[in-house]
Amino acid sequence: MQSGSKLTERTHITKEDIWSFLEEVTDPEIPVLNIVEMGIVRNVEITEGKITVRITPTYSGCPAMNAIENEINKKLSEKGLEAFEILTDYRETWTTDWMTEHAKSKLKEYGIAPPEKTDSETDFLTSLKGSQKIVPCPYCDSLETVLQSEFGSTACKSLYYCNGCSQPFEHFKCI
Amino acid sequence: MNTIQTMNPQTKEELFVEILLRLADDRLILGHRLSEWAGHGPELEEDLALANTALDMIGHASALYAYAADIDGKPDEDHYAYFRDDLDFKNIALVELPKGDFAFTIARQFLFSAYSYFLYRDLIGLVDDDQFKGMLQKHFKEIKYHLRHSREWILRLGDGTETSHIKLQKAFDELWMYTGEMFAMDNLDQKAIEHSLFTDVSKCKEEWINLVSSTLEEATINVPDNNQYMYNGARKGLHTEHLGYLLAQMQFLRRSYPDAEWK
Repeated sequence: MQSGSKLTERTHITKEDIWSFLEEVTDPEIPVLNIVEMGIVRNVEITEGKITVRITPTYSGCPAMNAIENEINKKLSEKGLEAFEILTDYRETWTTDWMTEHAKSKLKEYGIAPPEKTDSETDFLTSLKGSQKIVPCPYCDSLETVLQSEFGSTACKSLYYCNGCSQPFEHFKCI
Repeated sequence: MNTIQTMNPQTKEELFVEILLRLADDRLILGHRLSEWAGHGPELEEDLALANTALDMIGHASALYAYAADIDGKPDEDHYAYFRDDLDFKNIALVELPKGDFAFTIARQFLFSAYSYFLYRDLIGLVDDDQFKGMLQKHFKEIKYHLRHSREWILRLGDGTETSHIKLQKAFDELWMYTGEMFAMDNLDQKAIEHSLFTDVSKCKEEWINLVSSTLEEATINVPDNNQYMYNGARKGLHTEHLGYLLAQMQFLRRSYPDAEWK
């Protein structure tokens, strides 16, 4: 079957098909990443011909979440699907640890320092009193970088400056 | 309509809605106050930081409202944000006070984020509703960012210039009488605790005081007297005059054009 043809002509749609369609949906604020490798899509179910896609928000106030839902709608409709629903599920809490290694390397290539592994919970109050993490520059890999602001151009990023190559850069916060 | 006279939840569902609304109202109103800084921050990075924090807090409120609407049989989260009057809002007075100067905004944010940190930490440990717990865990991660960010500014302003020090001390002195409400428990809280829907916040007060005091001392700021008169009653609708003005601005468009849509 050719990729452009409508799925209604197909006799059988599998979960794998749906996952691969969802891989074509990108994050509007970080267009190099798709929503599957971001870990936004949590589950796909097909029950009696009805498709349920469960997504979980990255950041609570992320304005991209509505856009992402619309994009999923558009994509699945484009593929000729009609009986589907998209549910926002909070049961699992999104973490940057879900991002695939491949996604992280794409972020770096794009000029955004990827998130490291998240800290364990107990460290937080102690970590308030100093010890900033070292984030390598995505351009020159220098470790001589300084945090400019915990908050950047989008909810998921912070601002850094690299003293190695004198470039400002963004870091995908790890949460 | 839910007013002071009629607010008396009986069932577990009704209690749960009240708890969700109390949490959400605090976050919506403070989020709105922070959003007033957009375009007016003292520097670009802080403008972004305050707007980002506002976005997080309004996002927290939105998720909590949406869940309450589900249980309460209301159409959506907008019902609570736009179609209730000041008496029906259950936020504490601290969050409705005008944004003041940057020192005031940051001092309030620090006090509130520290409170939220302990409150959420304890709540996460006890609630058994999966969706609610998931929301709290998500918000908790962001609260840590807000706490870290505001705490660093407390140190910078308190131990900064003479002017910044004076402004920050004044901010804490003015804010202090509004901190009592964070830890004041009423009958509704007690009932909610019995149903494992809320935590005994008075228990984390000491940890809150320790964190706040140690930060203020590090910032060379005097910790205000904790035994002074404390404002109380806002959760039951006894708000300061400031909430009405805030709501008038926040709700105007939605009420005047109920069918308006973003295009």
